[in-house]
Amino acid sequence: MKISEQWLREWVQPEVSTAQLVEQLTMAGLEVDAVEPAAPAFNGIVVGAVTDLVAHPNADKLRVCTVDAGGAEPLQIVCGAPNVHVGMKAPVALIGAVLPGDFKIKKSKLRGVESNGMLCSARELGLSEDHAGLMPLPAAAVPGTDIREYLQLDDQLIEVDLTPNRGDCLSVSGVAREVGVLNRVDLTPVATAAVEATIADEFAVSIEAPVDCPRYVGRVIRGVDAQAATPLWMQERLRRAGLRSLGPLVDVTNYVLLELGQPMHAFDLGKLSGGIVVRKAQAGETLELLNGSTIELQPEALVIADRQGPLALAGIMGGEQSACSDATRDVFLESAFFAPQPIAGRARRYGLHTDSSHRFERGVDPNLQRIALERATRLLLDMCGGQPGPVVECCCTEQLPSRPQITLRRERIRLLLGLEIADADIEAILGRLGMQLSATAAGWEVVAPSFRFDMAIEADLIEEIGRVYGYARLPTNRPLSRFAIGELPEVRLPLTRLQQVLIDRGYQEAITFTFVDPAFQSALDPQRVPVALANPISADLSVMRTTLWPGLVKALAYNRKRQQARVRLFETGLRFIDVGEGLPAQDARLGGAVCGGTIGEQWGQKARNVDFFDAKADVEALLAAGGQVQRYRFVAAEHPALHPGQSARIDCDGEPVGWLGLLHPAIEKQLDLDTHIYVFELALSALQSARVPSFAELSKFPAIRRDLAVVVNESISAQQVEDCIREYAGTLLRELTLFDVYRGQGIADGCKSLAFGLILQDFSRTLIDSDVDASVSGIVAGLAGKLSATLRV
Amino acid sequence: MEALQQLVSAAEAAAASAGDLVALDQIRVHYLGKKGVLTERLKALGALPAEQRREAGAAINVAKEAVQAALEARRLALEEAALNQRLAAERVDVTLPGRGQRAGGLHPITRTLRRIEELFRQIGFSVAEGPEIEDDFHNFEALNIPAHHPARAMHDTFYFDANTLLRTHTSPVQIRTMKRTQPPIRIIAPGRVYRCDSDLTHSPMFHQVEGLFVDEGVSFADLKGVLYDFLRAFFERDLDVRFRPSYFPFTEPSAEVDIQCVMCGGSGCRVCKHTGWLEVLGSGMVHPAVFENVGIDAERYTGYAFGMGVERLAMLRYGVNDLRLFFDNDLRFLSQFR
Repeated sequence: MKISEQWLREWVQPEVSTAQLVEQLTMAGLEVDAVEPAAPAFNGIVVGAVTDLVAHPNADKLRVCTVDAGGAEPLQIVCGAPNVHVGMKAPVALIGAVLPGDFKIKKSKLRGVESNGMLCSARELGLSEDHAGLMPLPAAAVPGTDIREYLQLDDQLIEVDLTPNRGDCLSVSGVAREVGVLNRVDLTPVATAAVEATIADEFAVSIEAPVDCPRYVGRVIRGVDAQAATPLWMQERLRRAGLRSLGPLVDVTNYVLLELGQPMHAFDLGKLSGGIVVRKAQAGETLELLNGSTIELQPEALVIADRQGPLALAGIMGGEQSACSDATRDVFLESAFFAPQPIAGRARRYGLHTDSSHRFERGVDPNLQRIALERATRLLLDMCGGQPGPVVECCCTEQLPSRPQITLRRERIRLLLGLEIADADIEAILGRLGMQLSATAAGWEVVAPSFRFDMAIEADLIEEIGRVYGYARLPTNRPLSRFAIGELPEVRLPLTRLQQVLIDRGYQEAITFTFVDPAFQSALDPQRVPVALANPISADLSVMRTTLWPGLVKALAYNRKRQQARVRLFETGLRFIDVGEGLPAQDARLGGAVCGGTIGEQWGQKARNVDFFDAKADVEALLAAGGQVQRYRFVAAEHPALHPGQSARIDCDGEPVGWLGLLHPAIEKQLDLDTHIYVFELALSALQSARVPSFAELSKFPAIRRDLAVVVNESISAQQVEDCIREYAGTLLRELTLFDVYRGQGIADGCKSLAFGLILQDFSRTLIDSDVDASVSGIVAGLAGKLSATLRV
Repeated sequence: MEALQQLVSAAEAAAASAGDLVALDQIRVHYLGKKGVLTERLKALGALPAEQRREAGAAINVAKEAVQAALEARRLALEEAALNQRLAAERVDVTLPGRGQRAGGLHPITRTLRRIEELFRQIGFSVAEGPEIEDDFHNFEALNIPAHHPARAMHDTFYFDANTLLRTHTSPVQIRTMKRTQPPIRIIAPGRVYRCDSDLTHSPMFHQVEGLFVDEGVSFADLKGVLYDFLRAFFERDLDVRFRPSYFPFTEPSAEVDIQCVMCGGSGCRVCKHTGWLEVLGSGMVHPAVFENVGIDAERYTGYAFGMGVERLAMLRYGVNDLRLFFDNDLRFLSQFR
């Protein structure tokens, strides 16, 4: 909300500078976002009067004007504005004037005719976008008066960013009230005395929805001049608040809204029939709004209606049919209190947010309606003339917001603010805020003023005390030191450790959006239906990922397209899986995507692109961090996103916990990337599972190594062979290492040779050849029987 | 005698000119081997009359030692030359880069989060987590933001259905923690949050860290103290910090926290919009209605809560000038935070 400092200072006159005022407001919770001048810098512009006008001899559209600018001699000025006429008053830039944008006015010739200055439009002065013609000034303006002075342009616009609890400050009077409290000065409010009725005309009002509208005040004014000009001072104030002048009837209601915070509406009485009824909409009713759109009213909508049907969406926007126009002669002014709760949400449901709904949903003072109506009446009569009827009020007192009595305890203030504040100070602060206090033994009973919708509990009052006393003056304590040793479960690996494993292996952490492109998501995980957002930011960020791969692969592709040949990325975060009832399953995963060389380009090692086993080594390093490698298995299994021959499911104790593999060539092609991409993803819960190490006795006796080269059919996996060796090795086997895989000469087609190194050792004695032979022959027999394996000769 | 002397001289000359260890050994064999010249002389001693034998024998031994010494000296010289040659041959260019894997790094947001976590761990806060897809109760209702509350308009919420949404702040973790545990509670809750807003200065996904401290006798002064210390430690600067009254439905009193602009030192610049201050935190004393919603006795316990935007802190700390860089995952950007 933009507040004119001039206007504000009419209401309250603290002896503080603009900068101090702004600082006070900000530090009291009315955050000032910006302070800007009401008009840009310019000078040398005065009120001018056009006293004569002749056609330009050489140009159809130009006129040669004689202008009285207050000087001894009239000025000859060439002007092209269509609205220039004899007798007109308009701003004139004299020779030597500087307009906004550092535009200097010099004596010039236009098509051969001398021009000694420039008649200005509002846009040329930086006051509005209006460039249709000269800016007309009132006939009473005295030629030669400096325009800055005349329009009181040396004003600052203070932009206050109000929090939703401070609906009471959405007006000049509201902010003035706050400034008064902060500076301990009284207000000088405008006169809002009752305007006597001069005619007896009334327009009936009835309220059928008293919960939503407990109070409705209205009045008929007949014989207004709807074409009267809005006075320049009012136009200027509206402009400074960011509102356009829309004719005197609308301008008055807007002005009162800005001044007092009461949204009002002026109906064209000639277009109303019967009487005003405040009621819920009926099924099938429609309403054409002032903004030109026609809405279908939902049954819970509150409307202002007459006998014919809905006239306005109560508290939100008026209707086109009953709106005032230039032809309006008689008006019905509305000033109502609509309860915040019912208004809130309704405007948004129709896609509307208006100055009126903004105030009603935050709370308008329920005691303000009559005052505002009187104020508007006065202004309207002054501007447009007319005969006011009596004020009609319809009120359901019991539905007006109650003003709760709040117990405020001295001890609680001390506890919450950490400071003892003198009773007198507390009473002064709350008193100035308009609270009614009665002392009790423990503190006070407090009733907040009707405009403070945010005062409900003790803590609200304590905040007010702290706020006005000044947060900066409240004490600052060092953190409490009740130290206690917490838990440190050794069976849970910190995430930092896993991240470090990958970082040490050349991975860079990425953070990608958790909402992804549905097409790409389904390419990578076609079997799951992802959870979809109802209001995504864009179609390609509309479903929640079921795997980290979409984001990681996209990020990899992004880098590939920026000349990064080698990309190694990992991410940790949630994936989201619909489980039918309740919130989706959200479990943390760690995923990775790699492409390019195994190591960065360098002189000392031959370049080689990553393959399955490089990526697997990275995964194995993660698994090893928890010290429980034996719980994990890589199982050849197919995944729709992965190359069927290069994909492994990772099981932990027989339960699937992740996948590793080469991205399917079809997806690679879809990404238009000329590289192989290996991806992996594991459940973080599995990776973070660790063990408390447990010491095992060391053998004092020497170990013996035996190598076994085993020939098996290609269909037999290395894992099967290893499992078989362990099964038949007996108790002496300490270590088993696969050190060679061979195919080719000497090995039958369709077979492969796997060479294992076995380390055997006993705890009680030195092994002799016969012990080892027995063990090895047992293994060989087992391999032959179970896997039809033979020893390589 | 004359002859023996000549023999030694010849042997010494031969040793000195031996080109390598093999040649040197041949010279040794020639003079000292089983059939070597001096060995033969010793063998011939028996033929001499007994009275000459002793003298002749001593002379031969002297000659033998002289030859051995010459051989040994030459051997050492040759070995030293060989070593020097090897050392010269094995010289490498130590300025060539080392081999192998180069380390990657953490994302700057993670780096920032770790820094925040580390600071709060020092005063006994532990890390709590919660779901990112939340229900209306935890994200709004329980935090004293009923349906149609104007504060909801500030949240630009992503919805799945009327009751399910992407959390708009990390505050629901407060609720989940307080429902689970009785005070004293000291947690921070870092994580991703979502708002339906995307432009130069807004990302639809970003990160927050929520803090919550509930115990007996906790006051606004404690909140001020902890945030003062945190902000100064985080930026490693003696920053001015100010607390400004504000409004959050789940705290009362509420405060926004500004730091003196880290870019201009408070004199005013583009980053602080010429105010000299940067808003970095929202905070306040836990609202009694929130305690009531989670079953904590608001008369017995008080607490403070705060929330901070991690991207903003990271941008200020590391001078990042464009929010969107955090989620492009461009390696040229990410690798700057190693």
